[in-house]
Amino acid sequence: MNEKTDHKVVLSIEHLYKSFGENKVLNDFNLVLNSGENVVVLGKSGSGKSVLIKCIIGLLKPDSGSIKVFDEEITVLSNSGLDKIRERVGFLFQGNALYDSMTVKENLEFPLRRHWIKMSKEKTNELVNQALEDVGLAQTLNMMPAELSGGMRKRIAMARTLILKPEIILYDEPTTGLDPITGKEIVQLMVDIKNKYNTASLIISHDMNCVKLAGDKVAVLIDGKCYAFGNYETLSKTTDVQLKRYFE
Amino acid sequence: MRDKAVKYFLLEAGNLSAFTGKFFSKWFKPNYETSEFLKQCYVIGVGSLPLVGLTGFIMGLVLTMQLRPFMIDYGVESQLPAIVGIAIVREIGPVITALIFAGKIGSSIGAELGSMKVTEQIDAMEVSGTNPFKYLVISRVMATTLMLPILIIIGDAISIYGSYLGINIKGNTSLQFFWSQLYDSLEFRDVLPAFIKTYFFGFAIGIIGCFKGYNSNKGTEGVGKSANSAVVLSSVAVFILDLLAVQITDLMGFN
Repeated sequence: MNEKTDHKVVLSIEHLYKSFGENKVLNDFNLVLNSGENVVVLGKSGSGKSVLIKCIIGLLKPDSGSIKVFDEEITVLSNSGLDKIRERVGFLFQGNALYDSMTVKENLEFPLRRHWIKMSKEKTNELVNQALEDVGLAQTLNMMPAELSGGMRKRIAMARTLILKPEIILYDEPTTGLDPITGKEIVQLMVDIKNKYNTASLIISHDMNCVKLAGDKVAVLIDGKCYAFGNYETLSKTTDVQLKRYFE
Repeated sequence: MRDKAVKYFLLEAGNLSAFTGKFFSKWFKPNYETSEFLKQCYVIGVGSLPLVGLTGFIMGLVLTMQLRPFMIDYGVESQLPAIVGIAIVREIGPVITALIFAGKIGSSIGAELGSMKVTEQIDAMEVSGTNPFKYLVISRVMATTLMLPILIIIGDAISIYGSYLGINIKGNTSLQFFWSQLYDSLEFRDVLPAFIKTYFFGFAIGIIGCFKGYNSNKGTEGVGKSANSAVVLSSVAVFILDLLAVQITDLMGFN
């Protein structure tokens, strides 16, 4: 992993607003993520979870509000500034987003070659092999994404996210589209990664198994706001009608 | 209904113009994706060669066989190499090859970028510290712009050879005589404008394919639509550019 920063808070979101036309997706959203902590953002489909995570990585620009990653204000950064932050923040896409025309090895090398241009071939190979071993798929090095199963593709996408040794990992619905057993394996892998590298993670999900196993804290996104924030045990005992629906 | 169609047309034209403007603004900035550009040149150029060669050969052969009876009727059969050569070099070669190229490469670029867009691969590139516009769009448009003229030269040569074979199906003409007839009739003003316009054809096919693919949406249905509309729009663009090229060369006294 990169050298551990002095900051306790690695990500803070304050008064975030984002609309698409008349549809207010994020409406005064606030959240804090500390180093070494897993926070799960729970919400219904279409509630704006993916929009939130894309705002954090700079793929979408919020209408107003503040997003600070390692004390850097994301919303005002130039492309080169964003690239520097993206070296330290991994992003696991919901559909994996593996490059179809590249082998597994080339997929993993891509972010390395882009961010760390001067890296030697030996070092690149070492990091690729290590990332594949971390996800238990060292044998897939020269395979194409189309030859892999859904679970394997998810693991390769995780290996690609891990290869830059990020301090924060953003997971966009990591168990969506997987069978329950593979889903559990992926969640366990996320927990293992956190324990091994002490990464902070923001996990977007509506899978309660993922919330229970991987989340240190849970943020519930309702009507564009962080409606509730706390650990799973506390929130699951809530008497609030809106919250209860998520934890029943 | 008609208002909606006009609005859609104007919106598309505006968006395509903005996309083209973005291409030039990014093109002038350094950090070129040289390896991706060379890869695309190979994929686009070498990959299209068999199709361009085959269609060029058949075109030359058929054109000669179709023209031959009329040339005999008018007693100018000996002028057949010159007529066919001028027709191929000035007009038929560039336009037919460009249309074949639009069908093969325009659709392929539209589908590839469209698929990358809907599966978030373009976003993944951006997150990986890559400017996807430079990596995907500029490399492909540059490759189509440079490869189409080369393919057209090769296609014209194969087409003229097809014409030579076509003449010899029912006659006996030596290659030397065929070549001298062709060479004597072709002038600088036949070759240069025809060659220059091919760069514009290549650019139009590349930029339209990328524009349609890069702005694809609505899932897999959108990818199919992007590929289809890339072919239709770039084919129409080839004809419009050809018309403009003829007008301009006419004004400049090349016709």
